[in-house]
Amino acid sequence: MRCRKLRPMADQQPNLQSELDKLEAIVRDLEDENLDLDRAIAMFEEGVRHLRSARELLSKSELTVRKVLEESDGSVRFDDIDD
Amino acid sequence: MGELNLFSETSSSTDGAWRVADVTRRARQLIESGFSPIWVRGEVSGFKAYRSGHWYFTLRDADAQVRCIMWRSDNQRVRTPPDEGVEVFVEARPTVWEDRGEFRLTVKQLLPTAADGGWQIKLEQARAALDRDGLFDPSRKRPLPQFPFRIAVVTSVDGAALRDIVAVTERRWPVVELLVVPTRVQGEGVEAEIRAALQFADRLPDVDLVIIGRGGGSREDLWAFNTEIVARAVAAMSVPTIAAVGHETDVSLTELVADARAPTPSAAAEAAVPNLEQVQAGVDQMARRLGRGLTNRTQLAKERLARTTDRLTVAIGGLVDRDRSRVSELGAMLDALSPLRILARGYSVARSREGKVLRRMDDFVPDVPFTLTVGDGEVNAVPKAPADG
Repeated sequence: MRCRKLRPMADQQPNLQSELDKLEAIVRDLEDENLDLDRAIAMFEEGVRHLRSARELLSKSELTVRKVLEESDGSVRFDDIDD
Repeated sequence: MGELNLFSETSSSTDGAWRVADVTRRARQLIESGFSPIWVRGEVSGFKAYRSGHWYFTLRDADAQVRCIMWRSDNQRVRTPPDEGVEVFVEARPTVWEDRGEFRLTVKQLLPTAADGGWQIKLEQARAALDRDGLFDPSRKRPLPQFPFRIAVVTSVDGAALRDIVAVTERRWPVVELLVVPTRVQGEGVEAEIRAALQFADRLPDVDLVIIGRGGGSREDLWAFNTEIVARAVAAMSVPTIAAVGHETDVSLTELVADARAPTPSAAAEAAVPNLEQVQAGVDQMARRLGRGLTNRTQLAKERLARTTDRLTVAIGGLVDRDRSRVSELGAMLDALSPLRILARGYSVARSREGKVLRRMDDFVPDVPFTLTVGDGEVNAVPKAPADG
């Protein structure tokens, strides 16, 4: 297997830390007594999106271990590790 | 030598004779201002450790000897006192012991030359160079990422270090991807190889953290991690680093410049990743709070919805029940109209071989077989000729 790019840049990728931060902020706001209902529902829905995204990020159950080597042309080669 | 004129206040006659103490004090001042600390190589002889903890000995070579003192505060860092006759390096300041008018060295550091003495000198030089550039400054230390999803591991692929790191991350945080950047970790010229591996790891995209390390080994085995080359390469990494160099005594220079250090590769992995179960539990708790948050805000709406739902259920249930009984009525009617039902009551149907229903006596032809359908099947039959024409 051979590829230059491993995955899209980090800022396009859901990031657990930021999903949890946003979720935490929403939960705090929702716990505020003075929130009106429409806003609460909209925030809840947004919270569910972040929750789903966070759970998705945590759903992988098998560790990936790969050996990376640099080819003479500067590209990156991935090899499986034989245990 | 004019610049070393001890007796500028001339005493060319007995009238201006110096006191001994003045001479030795003056000599000490001149000696101490004339030398910065220097490294001296020689053999130890007449070593004596006093109860005060200070060490006294003579350093000699084939041509000369000099008395040395090493204060307790300095000799505490020396693991074992030097044996008689052993060759050592000492870092020392020349001075004069005024009471005895004796020239001597105040020793700050003492390193054996045999086996690894030169090695330690290089280590101290590298340490000093890194320190000068501020690479040990605690303010340089970056926090480790809380949730790393891609970790580069710079180590040997054959070593126990990698196996330990894999085992720990697999158990604690299997969501992570480990990218192993293989490099030798000991042997001739290995420093440059480790540096190249670190630089390559730093070019890999989206790496959250780099672990560099190896399992335990002798001081010589771990040498690369005490070189300026490797230490500077670690200091230059653009992402946080954890260094783990298995050893029992000193911390390597690489570990001192890394953002975090761990006593073993396993401990490095423990420090690198959180515990998935705990993180999931935190997310679950957040989910419950999110749900409760909405529930509290929408209690009224929920109750109204519940009432509406109940009424709807009743209404729909009624419809279904009505339809259900209608269906069974229709079924009963169909059943009643079924010919089979009639046959079951004792009637039968006669049909010709061609399937035509034989309704009248004229439809039957003597000796031509026909079929009689009864409640549970068919019977073949043949009409006889009428008894009397």
